Amino acid sequence: MTKQVHLAAHFPGVNNTTVWSDPKSGSHIEFSSFERLAQTAERAKFDFLFLAEGLRLREQNGQIYDLDVVGRPDTFTVLAALAAVTDRLGLAGTINSTFNEPYEVARQFASLDHLSAGRAAWNVVTSWDAFTGENFRRGGFLPQEARYERARTFMETTWELFDSWHGGEIIADKESGLFLAGADADAGRFEHRDAHFDIGGRFNVPRSPQGRPVIFQAGDSEEGREFAASSADAIFSRHGTLAEGVPFYADVKRRLAKYGRTPDQLLILPAATYVLGDTDADAAELARVVRRQQVSGQTAIAFLEQLWNRDLSGYDPDGPLPDVDPDLGEHTIARGRASVRMYRDPLATAAQWRAKAEAEKLSIRDLIIEVTGRQTFIGSPATVAAAINDLVQADASDGFILVPHITPGGLDEFADTVVPLLQERGVFRTEYEGSTLREHLGLAPLGSTAARPAAS
Amino acid sequence: MAAASTPFHLAVALDGAGWHPAAWREPAARPAELLSGRYWTDLVAEAERGLLDFVTIEDGFSVQSARADRVTGRLDAVLIAARVAPLTRHIGLIPTVVVTHTEPFHISKAIATLDYASKGRAGLRVRVSAARPEAALFGRRDFPELDLRNRDDPAVRQLTAALFDEAADYVEVIRRLWDSWDDDAEIRDAATGRFIDRERLHYIDFAGDYFSVKGPSITPRPPQGQPIVSALGHGTVPYQLIATSADVGFVTPADADHARRIVAEIDDARLGQDRVRVLGDLVVFLGPSQAAAAERKARLDELAGAAYTSDATVFTGTAAQLADLLIDWRQAGLSGFRLRPAAIPDDLEAITRDLVPELQRRGAFRTAYQAGTLRGLLGLGRPASRYAQVGSN
Repeated sequence: MTKQVHLAAHFPGVNNTTVWSDPKSGSHIEFSSFERLAQTAERAKFDFLFLAEGLRLREQNGQIYDLDVVGRPDTFTVLAALAAVTDRLGLAGTINSTFNEPYEVARQFASLDHLSAGRAAWNVVTSWDAFTGENFRRGGFLPQEARYERARTFMETTWELFDSWHGGEIIADKESGLFLAGADADAGRFEHRDAHFDIGGRFNVPRSPQGRPVIFQAGDSEEGREFAASSADAIFSRHGTLAEGVPFYADVKRRLAKYGRTPDQLLILPAATYVLGDTDADAAELARVVRRQQVSGQTAIAFLEQLWNRDLSGYDPDGPLPDVDPDLGEHTIARGRASVRMYRDPLATAAQWRAKAEAEKLSIRDLIIEVTGRQTFIGSPATVAAAINDLVQADASDGFILVPHITPGGLDEFADTVVPLLQERGVFRTEYEGSTLREHLGLAPLGSTAARPAAS
Repeated sequence: MAAASTPFHLAVALDGAGWHPAAWREPAARPAELLSGRYWTDLVAEAERGLLDFVTIEDGFSVQSARADRVTGRLDAVLIAARVAPLTRHIGLIPTVVVTHTEPFHISKAIATLDYASKGRAGLRVRVSAARPEAALFGRRDFPELDLRNRDDPAVRQLTAALFDEAADYVEVIRRLWDSWDDDAEIRDAATGRFIDRERLHYIDFAGDYFSVKGPSITPRPPQGQPIVSALGHGTVPYQLIATSADVGFVTPADADHARRIVAEIDDARLGQDRVRVLGDLVVFLGPSQAAAAERKARLDELAGAAYTSDATVFTGTAAQLADLLIDWRQAGLSGFRLRPAAIPDDLEAITRDLVPELQRRGAFRTAYQAGTLRGLLGLGRPASRYAQVGSN
């Protein structure tokens, strides 16, 4: 059988991919926008809807960043409400392990899994900036070497909590008066002691339909890939092209055997943007217009400041790049933004950008349009459907998490035009076959766990 | 008795299969469904058919009981409320939140989001927890080993006072975060490229004895501006929290005189703040006759192996008798009642299908929803943000 494509919808985020100035752009907060996107995704038989998270508003030059969409609702609360207005769609959310405790996160995901009848997924992320920590009683700082360790043990601890109920304990027998099967009167008992967590007692959410939420990770570093290979069900990757996707896919899938896992037990799902048109030429023209909407002159300067780590507000976005070099000191310009860490060698990147701008006669704005965030898929529905399928069949990915640039209607055209073509090719479902997200993703059920001794 | 001139507020407190430990064994109970979205949707829809002001949803981090013959396991109450929100239209949704072990930043945005999902019907009930087993689930704080039922023990009083003091700070933080975006902060000004006017967002800069929170919230100001904050109290310390931090207080009077004294004590404690809505809590066993209700309670007590007792007054009787009692206590100054159905669905349906029509016949209760938000149902206006600039000219 031909390899099947997995598709998901990402609610448009608080970055410049999202075009808020378009007249069709709706609310990023009202529940109706989430409902609309979720129902479109479910109509199109997508695997899941995905919500990102950010726990402090971004700042640049010491002020709240105001050029992109700002503000979003609480991830768990939106997902639980969406469970009421969808039946099959998976409900995935990023939850930061840093600013939470294992007991409460396990409890919220187990609750969401119950309330959605087995559709919950958790994108496990960790961040350690004291900037975000200022919003939390826990604070945020942990030395570099302890971060992955805490994130790993955090997730393992939640698994111990999920597994503290095996399923089947609740018999609720009115006649005998036993709510729990007699031998299970102590169900939920756990004890976990390590350098980060010293907790014990009884978990108070009985085993949920999927056993635990589907686990996503976004790790790209060596440690991140290993972490994902050992314990994730899917990777939310950034390698959406053939050139980057194929080696990443091979690398991560190769690591699975070490953990006794098979390649089908970890899906690789890159984020992808798209612009559709009646013809490829129409789409290309539209993509160009969208890129200029996404990168205003001010946004271009802001991007440049993030690499340069300097106030460049005096520069003309329609003029040449700065002669001054990036400041290599502590990053102080942009805070609360993961992308600043992407520039590992600012001097080299700046040199590349200057060379490109000079060779191609690009202004600051033109350059930023070129070097950031070009759409993954541009073309007619047939072109895009073919491109998606080719990438999946070439093992560059197992599918894509699609990020519309318009809220909430930006997925409609894709659902109406591209999905039917993938279905005609026999590479995308025409009906949901299962009811849980694990089933949509082709993951075997976890079943009930055998009782096991508490971790030491 | 003629219609009261101010609205009579009526709510139900939902918890599992009901408040009696043997309620799950009643013929109409659905004990195998307590963890499903459908169960909670059905319960809240029933309360909404009875035109009630709101439901509260109990919660806690510990298992309810160590016994195999009791309901064990519960879902996160905020998420239950969110699951129900899109499927109801009028009724307020007030989940319980344990403030001692949670982050005010998370809870503030969660309740704001519930307010968006319900279009202005959200609130929360704050609860403190001094229990060592509950603290051990988090491993971040250690409480002394005390008999918490002994409220006169100085150590218990000291711990309780500190936890309520922290709860007051917690409420202050969530309220500031709700106000941290002006209502008109999102401007979408294409001409200047700005999505928000950052002058209309505010750092809350809260620093207290227990935590500090910078802000602003990541979630814009919710539809009600300030969702409803409520708390249950049995004595002076929680009465102060109710008087100074809450919009709604739940109290447990033994009789009308007691109700009068509690209302006066809360009123004296309010330090110039607006008067809160004080609702009396009652556990109710209802039946077509006094004898039938008593017989049902006796049967449940026998199944449970003990006579049911509660922090709240336990009422056993008919809907008409309950209506008499509620109207009597209301004249003592209570704004209304939060009824705890002993068994669900029996006592919940007796409230919505027998008690409510009885109160309506006496002109004491609404015959239709006449407000679009929970604040509106409670007769509270939409407050201006504490940070919003007052027009300068």
